[in-house]
Amino acid sequence: MKFRGLIFANLFRKKIRFLLTIGSFAVALFLFGLLAVVRGAFSQGVEVAGADRLVVINRVSIIQPLPLSYRERILQLRGVKTITFANWFGGVYQDERNFFPQFAIDIENQRKVYPELIVPEDQWQTFVKDRQGTIVGAATAKRFGWKIGDRIPLKSSFLPGPWEFNLDGIYHGQRRQDDETQFWFQWNYLEERVPDRLKGQIGWYVLRVENPDDSVRIAKQIDQLFANSPYETRTETEKAFAAGWVKQMGNIEFLILSIGGVVFFTLLLVTGNTMAIAVRERTAELAVLKAVGFSDRFVLLLVLAESLLIAILGGALGLGLAKLFTLGGDPTRGLLPFFYLPLKAIISGLGVALAVGVASGLLPAVGAMRLRVVDALRRV
Amino acid sequence: MVRVDGGRGSSSLIQVRGLDKKYQRGSEEIHVLQGLNLDVDKGDFVAFMGPSGSGKTTLLNLIGGLDVPSAGSITVAGDEITHMSRSKLTEWRARHVGFVFQMYNLIPVLTAFQNVELPLLLTKLSKADRRKHVETALAIVGLVDRTDHYPRQLSGGQEQRVAIARAIVSDPTFLLCDELTGDLDRKSADEIMNLIQRLMKEFGKTVLMVTHDPVVAQRADVTLHLEKGVLVEAAKPEGVTAGGLA
Ligand SMILES: Nc1ncnc2c1ncn2[C@@H]1O[C@H](COP(=O)(O)OP(=O)(O)OP(=O)(O)O)[C@@H](O)[C@H]1O
Ligand SMILES: [Mg+2]
Repeated sequence: MKFRGLIFANLFRKKIRFLLTIGSFAVALFLFGLLAVVRGAFSQGVEVAGADRLVVINRVSIIQPLPLSYRERILQLRGVKTITFANWFGGVYQDERNFFPQFAIDIENQRKVYPELIVPEDQWQTFVKDRQGTIVGAATAKRFGWKIGDRIPLKSSFLPGPWEFNLDGIYHGQRRQDDETQFWFQWNYLEERVPDRLKGQIGWYVLRVENPDDSVRIAKQIDQLFANSPYETRTETEKAFAAGWVKQMGNIEFLILSIGGVVFFTLLLVTGNTMAIAVRERTAELAVLKAVGFSDRFVLLLVLAESLLIAILGGALGLGLAKLFTLGGDPTRGLLPFFYLPLKAIISGLGVALAVGVASGLLPAVGAMRLRVVDALRRV
Repeated sequence: MVRVDGGRGSSSLIQVRGLDKKYQRGSEEIHVLQGLNLDVDKGDFVAFMGPSGSGKTTLLNLIGGLDVPSAGSITVAGDEITHMSRSKLTEWRARHVGFVFQMYNLIPVLTAFQNVELPLLLTKLSKADRRKHVETALAIVGLVDRTDHYPRQLSGGQEQRVAIARAIVSDPTFLLCDELTGDLDRKSADEIMNLIQRLMKEFGKTVLMVTHDPVVAQRADVTLHLEKGVLVEAAKPEGVTAGGLA
């Protein structure tokens, strides 16, 4: 492009100003990246949720149990394909801060309900035969440096210990965003060791339906089925369930949007002002360009190209830094299992940067376009 | 031949007829040009003089297609420019007019070479051809050794020579110079005028120039005075004061 020289010469005209403007974009987009990561970390559950999965919990709260006997009755409903269940096991590995979710799972149906979490067949077979076996998500295994064959002790806060597990296998999520932090062990093993009054109880059911369109109907039927029993249920799609979970974390989304909004508004003012100054101080030059024969539209594009380039350079820098930052992994050691910057966020970040670039350059650019040579040369 | 009485056929290169320019300043109307006539032939070198505010710049800008008149017509090489749209006029300028202003001619962030190259960016010339043209223009103005200098690394006279190189690089129909020596000392001004005269003689350029300096004006073939909105001819040798009608 033969106009490159002209564009770049203008860009680097005031080096400090150039760097500061790029820096404003970089800082804003770095923040955007981190906010996207945090937002993703909280709402990823919503995105990974299977459209055909329903979650059944105790109507009072998720920590109240449900009877195992509901299983057969739910399975009989039309449109229900499979059902599995699990219990929460709040064990501690060495230290309270080493948090990761532990589930006592139903080995018969786990893989049918969660086909996206993949365990090598031989490892699964070992696990099924091993009463004290465990399968662990790749992220958690990596975090603690566990290898297959390791013995993993957990302390339970409400059940007398010791609880020791053999690491029989490691599961991987099929998709980048799948949760790879869970720790699974056999529900039968838990059932064996809980006091009699807790036997026959599970934490929640997860079921798959034949057709996602029936989800609402089936959810309603389940809740009706157990209405007025000592254990009333609340059934939701996995998505709604995850979304509800996010809501309990406070209105993170709103917070993030407000912060992001303020940041970008400020960025717009700062760069808009900078571009206005940059154009004003070279009124005479723009007039000379026009006198020489450059069109009004060319001058408009010249100014816009400049603010767009700043936006892209600064935006890419900021998002790149954010990406680098997240490559280090979850800084909260387990609270945010989905700590990464997805491509989608990078693209929308660049989109926002471009939009701010255009918006901040537009007014000065239109001013430059409208500039009349005679007035400009008279003014200086 | 240069004439100011409007009494000639349509054979001249630049033909101005009944040119009127009014400015509105608040409620006051300033009638700067009042039915001005002018004929300039190819190869003519015309100097415009006149008191400050008499409308010299206004006239030059109108002829250069930078501004539009309130009434009257300007025809250059058969094209009437007074009715062209803004964008048409811009294209026309790129082809026909080379401007040299008193100040602020050069883009400070571009080298001498890049400044001279600017008008050529608007043409379809290849990079190699552009280079050739720019080097020729810089050689004509005697600045081949300053190709990569930035304007701030040049003297005032050198800056004006770069501006002249830029004005001639695309071989325009005529040059318009508005006080191009206004900021220079005597010696630099003389050098610049030598250059302009050479362009005239060797390349047959048509030049219209505004100046306050009688010595500079003497270099031109004809000096015209702008008085009360019209041009009057001055006798050449004594052309220092506002002379009578020719
Ligand atoms: N855009 C404008 N609005 C109002 N008045 C204007 C405008 N442009 C020029 N004028 C007026 O028109 C008159 C002629 O101006 P012009 O610049 O052409 O004079 P000049 O002969 O070039 O003067 P100088 O020798 O000082 O350069 C002046 O009185 C000026 O104030
Ligand atoms: Mg003037």
